[in-house]
Amino acid sequence: MADRIFYAMYDDDDVLKDGAKKVVSQGIKVNEVFSPFPVHGIDPIIGVKQTRLGIMAFLYGLTGLMLATIGMRYFMVVDWPMNIGGKPNNTYLENMLAFIPVTFEFTVLCAAHMMAITYFLRNKTLPGRKAENPDPRTTDDKFVMEVRLSENSQFTADEIAAMLKETGIIELNQKELN
Amino acid sequence: MHKEAAIREPLVLGHKTFHDVTNDVCKPIEDKAPRMWYVLFTIAAIIGLYGVGCILYLLGTGIGVWGLNKTVGWAWDITNFVWWVGIGHAGTLISAVLLLFRQKWRMAINRSAEAMTIFAVFMAGLFPLIHMGRLWLAYWVLPLPNQFGSLWVNFNSPLLWDVFAISTYLSVSLVFWYIGLIPDFATLRDRVKNPLSKRMYSLLSFGWSGRAKQWNRFELVSLVLAGIATPLVFSVHSIVSFDFATSVIPGWHTTIFPPYFVAGAVFSGFAMVQTLMLIMRKAFKLEAYIHTKHVEYMNIVIMVTGSIVGVAYITELFISWYSGVEYESYAFINRFSGPYAWAYWSMMTCNVFSPQLMWFKKLRRSLLFTFIISIVVNIGMWFERFVIIVTSIHRDYLPSSWSMFYPTAIDIGIYIGTIGLFFVFFLLFARFFPVLPIAELKTILKSSGESYKNNTESNH
Repeated sequence: MADRIFYAMYDDDDVLKDGAKKVVSQGIKVNEVFSPFPVHGIDPIIGVKQTRLGIMAFLYGLTGLMLATIGMRYFMVVDWPMNIGGKPNNTYLENMLAFIPVTFEFTVLCAAHMMAITYFLRNKTLPGRKAENPDPRTTDDKFVMEVRLSENSQFTADEIAAMLKETGIIELNQKELN
Repeated sequence: MHKEAAIREPLVLGHKTFHDVTNDVCKPIEDKAPRMWYVLFTIAAIIGLYGVGCILYLLGTGIGVWGLNKTVGWAWDITNFVWWVGIGHAGTLISAVLLLFRQKWRMAINRSAEAMTIFAVFMAGLFPLIHMGRLWLAYWVLPLPNQFGSLWVNFNSPLLWDVFAISTYLSVSLVFWYIGLIPDFATLRDRVKNPLSKRMYSLLSFGWSGRAKQWNRFELVSLVLAGIATPLVFSVHSIVSFDFATSVIPGWHTTIFPPYFVAGAVFSGFAMVQTLMLIMRKAFKLEAYIHTKHVEYMNIVIMVTGSIVGVAYITELFISWYSGVEYESYAFINRFSGPYAWAYWSMMTCNVFSPQLMWFKKLRRSLLFTFIISIVVNIGMWFERFVIIVTSIHRDYLPSSWSMFYPTAIDIGIYIGTIGLFFVFFLLFARFFPVLPIAELKTILKSSGESYKNNTESNH
């Protein structure tokens, strides 16, 4: 299906936010916003949900905690119990104090790295990937709002363009998709 | 939206637009490197290579080429290790702890402080590895299934805790730093003209596009990483101090070590940040972003941590007498009056006396004075580790075992070499990486930029 993408460009984050608010209130669905820095408050306007990476980090941390506990219990208590200075490793619980530093470090290690990997995968930012920002200036000082015709089929292309033009944009580019 | 108390000094001086921020940070990367950069790089590289030569000589000959002996089994190697790890602490403190406390001034320094952290921890890690003597067996410190009678590493040992602490610290700091760098690499990718640079930055930026959802995740990941890196800052140097504190050597066996080491680490780390920042702001013309107020904030941290360190020294001294343990009190009497008294008094002067001068507002806002003190502090912190380590062990229980430690040329060569290598890495970083977080700085521009602040005031 033929589609048309509108790229409305702004040069200020506040104008962008007001603009987004305005077109959304008129019933337009904003597909994406590209910005050079995190624009606070834009997410609820264009309907971007808060990420769940924090929950994942917690679960990854728990995984690390569990692995460290199971590992050290196996190494130090089950497989090869050592008797150091007359303090034998008979039970995990009695020796746990000495295991706290490594447990903590391993928890942090797992939480941090697994969250970072998840972050890269979910963001689709991986080595060798091509950039997808529509204009190179969006990593400098310009902000681009992307609106798709197919997602706003109640309006015509001209209507969308007219609405965007009233939001203080500095440029409006359109791209035809086939 | 973009409001900040009017009495707060602006963090970005003059009038800067978003585009100016990009330009100012990218300019040193896009311009030809100044002659001075090549001069410094050559000097650092020669020193670094000399250090590598010394390390190779040591690996080929054995650690007997160090000045260690039967009594003093740990000396410069562990001194340098603790010194470098300590320096590393400032970077994570700035990027993690100050992020949690919403200290916006950290944005002027966090990128390069984190780079400093990573390079410093690299240098630190070299010493225990070299001290193993047989570097190719370094993997024995990991709990790997093996053929030695299923013998595992000892999880009760603080030396093993250190393996986990340092490797976690290094790798988490690296990830934290890199995640922050990605959007700035994207800025460079979209700017540079040279096709080779474009390819390189394109690869480094991982295809970052600046989508709203990407920024949403970016902010959360930064926050969570800061949250888990904060206890990491405190745990790493605590664990380093356990290397000493869990032993039964008089002078080491004290419960004050973990907090005292952490304060000392932050103290020396901030001093190193000052040394590097004061040069960098000048060389890269970043005076609008890193100015007197930033230097003052850092000096206050140096003053506070320096005072904590001072209190710890005096507490240690008092407790050694108050404990009534004669070995313990001898260890401390020997420290300040024995053959290494000169090291003890250098440490006291540099670490306890010099930061107290920062109580004077004029002095803590003086850039030249700050620069001198920052170097003095790092000399003092090196002596602190030397004093703790060598003076505690050089007079063993049996007077027949008493001994002295004298560094050999290889001891000195490796230490100086790591300083050279550190600067090689740091100069490369400063040449090719954005030294300020471009994206993050833009978020505070409207609230803390001088011209924006003044406008808001006149509107009211």
